Amino acid sequence: MKVNGKENILKQNVVLSDYLEQLGYRTDRIAVERNGLIVPRDSYKECVLSDSDTLEIVHFVGGG
Amino acid sequence: MTEEEYKDICVQRFGAEIYTKLADSRVAVAGLGGLGSHIAVMLARSCVGTLHLIDFDAVDISNLNRQEYYIPHIGRPKTQCLKEKLMEINPFIHILTDNVRVTRENLEEIFREEAIVCEAFDRPEEKAMLVNGILEKLPHVRLISGSGMAGFGDANEIQTKRIFQNFYLCGDGKTDSEEGAGLMAPRVSICAGHQANQAVRLILQQG
Repeated sequence: MKVNGKENILKQNVVLSDYLEQLGYRTDRIAVERNGLIVPRDSYKECVLSDSDTLEIVHFVGGG
Repeated sequence: MTEEEYKDICVQRFGAEIYTKLADSRVAVAGLGGLGSHIAVMLARSCVGTLHLIDFDAVDISNLNRQEYYIPHIGRPKTQCLKEKLMEINPFIHILTDNVRVTRENLEEIFREEAIVCEAFDRPEEKAMLVNGILEKLPHVRLISGSGMAGFGDANEIQTKRIFQNFYLCGDGKTDSEEGAGLMAPRVSICAGHQANQAVRLILQQG
């Protein structure tokens, strides 16, 4: 699976919300695109990732 | 000064074709703090014909270190103070204001008319709420967000990147105002400049 431009091997399918938790992301501070489409926030628990997916994760920090 | 005189100067500077595209364009600025107040000033100077300014807050003494407000503005709504300032810079543009807090529930109503939106909120949760909400509900909008401009680190780390099809991110992506390095005028203004420039590029169809 390609994540933010880098190849990561995904040995088995995983639910997006679990994957984000493993990586340490706070889900209220991110936006996720999967295969070119935004993943709606309320579907992170239903979205199943496979090794052929391309994922972009944007993490926001404070300040403005 | 007349509108014709103002227009003539802008046409001399930008060229007629570019001036016309800018004058016919519209940009929304969500959040009128250190990023948004500077973005709005730069776009007004660039003759963007319609600006839609959105913020719920009043000017506070703690804003003066980096935002486009002055001591007489303290306690007054940012939308109103910024509109007055922009009218002194370019009185020939249209300015719409919404003195409201943007939520997941009302963002569709607020931004439905927009083609270009600059996200300029302060808190990361609010940034993420707006970005997710617009990308989910208003897929026609081109969105330019700011993230990572605190402190006084290397200015050259602040960049504009196209992250998704309709989503551009400006900033260094990492320096967090909540972690030690507070917000200072130079880097916040640089990030605002990136966002305003990307808005102009989209208006002029330069990527």
